[in-house]
Amino acid sequence: MLYRESGQYKTSYISDQSIFPIREDRIGIAIIGVIAIVIPFVASDFFLNAIMTPFLILALAAIGLNILTGYAGQLSLGTGAFMGVGAYSCYKLTTIFPDVNIIILVLLSGLFSAGIGVIFGLPSLRIKGLYLAVTTLAAQFFLEWCFIRIPWLYNYNSSGAIEVPERRGFGDIILTGPAAGAMTQYFVVLGIVVVVTLAVKNIVRGRIGRQWMMIRDMDIAAELMGVRPLTAKLSAFAVSSYLCGVAGAMFIFFYLGAAEPSAFSITLSFQILFMVILGGLGSLVGSYFGAAFIWGLPIVLRAVLPAMGIDIGAETVFHIATMVVGALIIFFLIVEPHGLARLWSLGKEKLRVWPFPYG
Amino acid sequence: MRLKRLIAGTIMAGTLAGAALPAFADELFVPLFSYRTGPFAGSGIPIANGMHDYLTMLNERDGGINGVKIRVSECETGYDTQKGVECYEQVKGEGALVISPYSTGITLQVIPKASVDKIPVLSMAYGLSAAAEGNTFPWVFNPPNTYWDGASAIVTDIARREGGAEALKGKKIGYIFLDAGYGREPIPLLEQMASDMGFELLQYPVPGKEMQNQSSQWLNIRRDRPDYMIMWGWGAMSPTAVKEATKIRYPMDKFYGIWWSGGNDDAAAGGEAAKGYRTLNFHGVGSDFGVIQDIKKYVVDAGKSEVDPAKFADNLYNRGVYNSMLIAEGIRRAQELTGKTVIDATDMRNGLENLDITEARLKEMGMEGFALPMKLSCDDHSGHHKVYVVEWDGKDWQKSGDWFSPDVDVVKPLLKKAAEDYAASNAPWPERTEACLN
Repeated sequence: MLYRESGQYKTSYISDQSIFPIREDRIGIAIIGVIAIVIPFVASDFFLNAIMTPFLILALAAIGLNILTGYAGQLSLGTGAFMGVGAYSCYKLTTIFPDVNIIILVLLSGLFSAGIGVIFGLPSLRIKGLYLAVTTLAAQFFLEWCFIRIPWLYNYNSSGAIEVPERRGFGDIILTGPAAGAMTQYFVVLGIVVVVTLAVKNIVRGRIGRQWMMIRDMDIAAELMGVRPLTAKLSAFAVSSYLCGVAGAMFIFFYLGAAEPSAFSITLSFQILFMVILGGLGSLVGSYFGAAFIWGLPIVLRAVLPAMGIDIGAETVFHIATMVVGALIIFFLIVEPHGLARLWSLGKEKLRVWPFPYG
Repeated sequence: MRLKRLIAGTIMAGTLAGAALPAFADELFVPLFSYRTGPFAGSGIPIANGMHDYLTMLNERDGGINGVKIRVSECETGYDTQKGVECYEQVKGEGALVISPYSTGITLQVIPKASVDKIPVLSMAYGLSAAAEGNTFPWVFNPPNTYWDGASAIVTDIARREGGAEALKGKKIGYIFLDAGYGREPIPLLEQMASDMGFELLQYPVPGKEMQNQSSQWLNIRRDRPDYMIMWGWGAMSPTAVKEATKIRYPMDKFYGIWWSGGNDDAAAGGEAAKGYRTLNFHGVGSDFGVIQDIKKYVVDAGKSEVDPAKFADNLYNRGVYNSMLIAEGIRRAQELTGKTVIDATDMRNGLENLDITEARLKEMGMEGFALPMKLSCDDHSGHHKVYVVEWDGKDWQKSGDWFSPDVDVVKPLLKKAAEDYAASNAPWPERTEACLN
């Protein structure tokens, strides 16, 4: 009843091809937008710093992996390392060019990650499936080794960590470093993530995205129809690594503030892979769902369990949160193997015909 | 629909959690970053128990500190830096008096934040060595010793046994360490000493995820035959290293560990064969101290502790007690200075900076012989206090030799330079604005 598209006519190509063709969707997006802008004014710093900002950043990384795995069908286990490339190159860039706005550098650092991604994507032209996953695993270990063993990357810091310096922009607002406000960082991250998501959405529904999906569904057929696997696969690796690189740079500059190489370990790669699988392969909104679920739920559980007056040790809360998240992952994958995104679209279908379902 | 409800529920729960952070007035909130899970739990559990039990004992025996109860709350980090940052954000909003990160990685993360959020960081004998420079790092404290003190103390002890610093010329000293911020911290000092004294430093890094598989490192050690070995191990790394050392029959009395590699379980992994393994220490071992007996009486026997009775008062447990004693004394000193009983984090910083634990005070606390008197000042947040060596006799740690001073002449100029470097590479680093009260 509420969600009904009858009576909404598309009278031009522009309205027919818009990202949100249904009016109710546009209203929903507008509401989410308003909430996203209002949240920092009502929520605590902890909520912003520890939940919202990393959630947005990881959602972007999940979108990156989703491009590669969900849209182009190339399994990758090197996400964490590609994020690390973005972070380290952003750190080097801001060391060399301290006066350039950090947001520009964050967006540039993705290019380095894209370059590395293309190089490690070359084997995908010959190798498929699980075997490709193994070569990306090699990328993960090799790059992690570089982060530890090449002291130039962390400016010869004796503890081997990169520490984010203070950078200002837009007048004199502190954007990074310990003195930066939670709200500023949230808005910067929100801005970047929204803009990049829109750009990706347009790539995915255009010529390039369709090539990726053809390669994913049947590469020989795609090739026969004139899709070059070389450009299609490598462009998927490039775009995916670019997004992961930007996410990695933001992860350090707007969330952690300093990082050891272990921040980009295989654990992070798996975390993002779980986000993609749970959120839904080949879906942008699913990446957001997956990130919210995998990142947010343990923190919320850890905060809520003691707040409800259950007096248990910190480590027991930790164990319970891990178990609950694990159980929920299994539950969701049984109920809907195609992820939360599929659940979402099923919900929308049902809502369209509510309250008089037919068929 | 179900999903919508789930999301709505999650968001609501999240905002509730964010909003429902309590702010109590009449208490002293001391958060403990602990890790009872993960590969470092073996070292983390005794530390967490010791820290928790001492503060609980103060609450039970004295009703807190000067009549104000201490609220102790553990935050599980799993030795993971990201979770540590999360814990930091969480306790920051609750009015934490002091942060004890218990991980060098987490310490490095919170050092820049501490001066902005005005919360002191007490990294007891770990963390960034350069943080001992109080004028550069007014909010960070690392008493009673920095890692560089530890490294220089081990080299000093080796030189003593060899019969003088000259005798080290041409010797080979191996350094096996956890390849993380923690293990890499003393390398600049060791390299400096190697070039000053003319010994050769061989490095054997152990990656964090291969802590339990060190056969390749020990194979190299067997080939290189270093005259002495120094270890910077933590968690599962230390027992593995001790076991591997006994396996290749490395002379255990030439194998030194930093104070953190001195857990009872660490040495016990080598059994009888680990006899002679030496680690540094700066507090008493065993339970023959008034303070430990009080903890037993008021906390352990009353069933208020998580400690396994068999592991009560082992070496790392006592270290947790020592750490909590520093926190409690910092609070007491802050109360004295301000005249208030309920203090805030800024007062706590002053309390720690003016910490002066005398022989008489130690006696009062039942810590006579447990620790040495210590004193901090505005420009020295570590103190470079004396340490001693304990030796594993196959069953327990035994004191070996007397208390001695680390090589302060080498350490201090290096610390000064490192602090300057840190401030330069993190420019603009804030100038110290806090008044000095001593």
